[in-house]
Amino acid sequence: MSQTMLEIRDLHASVGLNEILRGVDLSVRAGEVHAVMGPNGSGKSTLAHVLAGRPGYTVTSGEVLYKGRDLLAMSPEERAREGVFLAFQYPVEIPGVSNVYFLKAAVNAVRKHRGQPELDAIDFLALVKEKSKVVDIDESLVKRPVNEGFSGGEKKRNEIFQMAILDPALAILDETDSGLDIDALKSVAAGVNQLRSPERSMVVVTHYQRLLDYIVPDFVHVLIDGRIAHSGGKELAHELEAKGYTWLEEAPAR
Amino acid sequence: MSVAAETDVYRARYDDLRASRRGEPAWLLALRAEAMERFEARGFPTTRDEAWKYTSVAPIARVPFAPAARGRVDSQTLAPFRLRGCREIVLVNGRHVPEFSTVGGAVEVSSLRELLAREPDRLRTHLGRNVGDDPNVFAALNAAFFEDGAVVAVPAGKVAQEPIHVLHFSTGDGPPSVSHPRTLVVARARSQAAVVETWAGADGAAYFTNAVTEVFLEDGAVLDHYTVQREGDAAFHVSTLGAQQGRAARFSDHSVTLGGALHRRDVNTVFAGEGGECVLNGLFVAGGRQHMDTHTRIDHAVPHCSSRELYKGVLDGQARGVFHGTILVRKDAQKTDAMQTNKNLLLSTRALVQSTPALEIFADDVKCKHGSTTGQLDAAAVFYLRSRGIGEEAARALLTWAFASDVVARFAVEPLRAALVSFLQSRLPEAGPVHEAIA
Repeated sequence: MSQTMLEIRDLHASVGLNEILRGVDLSVRAGEVHAVMGPNGSGKSTLAHVLAGRPGYTVTSGEVLYKGRDLLAMSPEERAREGVFLAFQYPVEIPGVSNVYFLKAAVNAVRKHRGQPELDAIDFLALVKEKSKVVDIDESLVKRPVNEGFSGGEKKRNEIFQMAILDPALAILDETDSGLDIDALKSVAAGVNQLRSPERSMVVVTHYQRLLDYIVPDFVHVLIDGRIAHSGGKELAHELEAKGYTWLEEAPAR
Repeated sequence: MSVAAETDVYRARYDDLRASRRGEPAWLLALRAEAMERFEARGFPTTRDEAWKYTSVAPIARVPFAPAARGRVDSQTLAPFRLRGCREIVLVNGRHVPEFSTVGGAVEVSSLRELLAREPDRLRTHLGRNVGDDPNVFAALNAAFFEDGAVVAVPAGKVAQEPIHVLHFSTGDGPPSVSHPRTLVVARARSQAAVVETWAGADGAAYFTNAVTEVFLEDGAVLDHYTVQREGDAAFHVSTLGAQQGRAARFSDHSVTLGGALHRRDVNTVFAGEGGECVLNGLFVAGGRQHMDTHTRIDHAVPHCSSRELYKGVLDGQARGVFHGTILVRKDAQKTDAMQTNKNLLLSTRALVQSTPALEIFADDVKCKHGSTTGQLDAAAVFYLRSRGIGEEAARALLTWAFASDVVARFAVEPLRAALVSFLQSRLPEAGPVHEAIA
């Protein structure tokens, strides 16, 4: 049996005075892909951000273990260096900082933390070349300022490209399908699928089943009102597509 | 010190200098006398004066600054401020130092004092004619007291191959002292040149630099002026730049303000002929208790001219910043196209900035826009960088750099751009990852 990557136990979290997560339990083992679905406002994005350590999200109780360690005690940068990656729903534009240099700084921050030698410019550019093929990202985008003037599709592709470069153990994809047309969606999903491996776990947060046709999950969870209301296999996504979320909102958590 | 006593010190000194000025031409003596009277009549401005509302010059007015003595510097002291690939003229404590300068040439670079001695009437039509139509008393004080300075003359049709660097350095030795360096640039018709002016000085000395730069662009001339203020940390720096543009002339001033305890700069440009373009870009970086004030005034006196202004401020600690930008569009200046932007980044909750755009438009067929924003670092962007493994301090430094760097990126004088980039980077924390990201 593969080891546990992520263990979320009775997680409660608030933004301001609003309690958004009201007792989430979730266990993800190495190599697994879990989809977290749910209606708007159910807490999906909050869960993603709490796992990445976004300031302003307060964990009021519960615990999160990542590779057996207390994830919540780590700063966002420590989490990243330890191998947690969040692909943002709305990637931030950073004019004046080129993608490639930003990523080199990030990669070397991660490598330094892991006790690996830092990459020099030549090694890094070789890595960029290799990984840009994985996600089929145009090399000119890689050289431009981070996300500046990128289309919605380019931004999402850039997130997956960053993920490929940073090589995380746990990737959290927050609404990666939002704002993508079907071609962009397929290509982004193909990039994600290339990155699936027995050592890497993924938590895919999405509102629609559509993405899960291309990134086929091992498990599907439905988050309603800050709790996992239902869990199942990949077929659950199709059931949700057909029946919507209302039947679960009425049912008690199992 | 009473208001009269504040000006009395200067009057006494002015009278002392009479003997030494016997050789000066009559027109210059008249100019000085008129300037001295103007200074005495007005005295130092106070915060009750609209243009000085947010900047108190009391710390300057109350010190009886002595005239800066002829200073000695070694090449090591100057080294951090010199620029490769430029022709340089160096002034120390307001006086030309021949051993560090390359004067003469087809694009003529001279010491103001030496040129006045050699050809007393040559500068008559330019010197003192261009500091704005209502110059402040500091410009008047400079006219009354300048000892020396730099003159750059670009002949008609000539394209200067190398940028010219005017380096002003203050040693700050002895009791608090003042220098009044003056720079004059005359770009004849259809000429092209770049002139960099650097003001620098020793840290820890409360010296006062009161500089004036006058720039004349004849028809079709192109002049790029760069202003680098890296005075010592206890210095007072007041400077005025006046530029007058002939028909279809293009002028730009790109400034970076980093040093000094108290900084005030006035930039006054006038379009005297149609079809002119003016670009004013500036970056100021203030920390600790530094106070930095920039006032600009673009006078669209004639039709069909365009102006572009972008000023950015980065303030940390308890620093204070002031930006006041006037765009004057006179009655007949139709088809004026003017745009002004001021953006300020506050890195500390105790830093403050006053931003005042002032559009005075008397023509009816014009395009004028202005915008001003002041804010903190975007928390979402900080988190984005941290979520990629970059430490918080480095993330903040990187975003600060990203905010500020576009002003410097526009510097076309490569050695200057490179020198400023490495200097600004050295002031950022967590040098490692930041340098990685912006190299």
